[in-house]
Amino acid sequence: MTVSPSRVLRSVLREEAFYFFTSIGNYTGQSAASLDEFLQKIKEVNIKSLEFHLYREDFEKWIAQTLGDAKLAEDIKGLRNMKVVGNALRDRLYFLVSRRLKDLKGSLQTSK
Amino acid sequence: MKIKGQTVTLDDLDLQIMQLLQKNARWTYTEIGNKLDVAHSTVYDRIQRMEERGIIKKYKAVIDLEKAGMQQIMALITIHTDPKESERIANRLAEFIEVLEVSSSFSEELVVNAKVVAQDQTKLHSFIAQSIAPLPGVLRIRTSIITKKYKEETSQPFL
Repeated sequence: MTVSPSRVLRSVLREEAFYFFTSIGNYTGQSAASLDEFLQKIKEVNIKSLEFHLYREDFEKWIAQTLGDAKLAEDIKGLRNMKVVGNALRDRLYFLVSRRLKDLKGSLQTSK
Repeated sequence: MKIKGQTVTLDDLDLQIMQLLQKNARWTYTEIGNKLDVAHSTVYDRIQRMEERGIIKKYKAVIDLEKAGMQQIMALITIHTDPKESERIANRLAEFIEVLEVSSSFSEELVVNAKVVAQDQTKLHSFIAQSIAPLPGVLRIRTSIITKKYKEETSQPFL
């Protein structure tokens, strides 16, 4: 399946953004409206929030359904299956998203 | 009841009638009259006037959803807001059918409080994530799910 880098890298509407929660109904006040912003938030957000969303499959759903990147969603699913927690999760997630961002930005440059 | 311009003054009889109606809104004028030792026509007249003035807003049934076999969870939500947006957020919340009560309060900062119902925790979370968190001016949200009720009074005491 072909992915359009510009589509994945776009900023989405406020209603479609990713809102970081630490548990049911407890919103941290942090949100991300693009993959770039999502990467920044991975560094900043409470680790509980990363664990909460990873194991609810929220990251995969948002990345696949809203941003339209099945590849990154699949990578994150793999991370979930590895049952990573704590700072190892933050580091691993940051690595996966930054690597994907680099690839997508690279593809965007080549296509210009 | 005494009416002078826009000011309404209720007397003891009005208050007693309202207290009885809050206990059981299905009591007849005669039953209420007997309890208060006044004629049913007096009760009728007082109730009519209180309805006309909007003092008695409505009569409703209080349903025990658990006994009715309907599963629901209730949560208390505290929304920390940008003070400039609090009013708008509170008004928007009041429009959702899932929201039973909305109020604002001030302790260290101004917050909007809401009592919310949902079928289950998943639906509660989706509602908060999709309908409340994206509202402009929402800074953070704290949610407590009610696990047990120790008192639930539907009538208002006249203190």
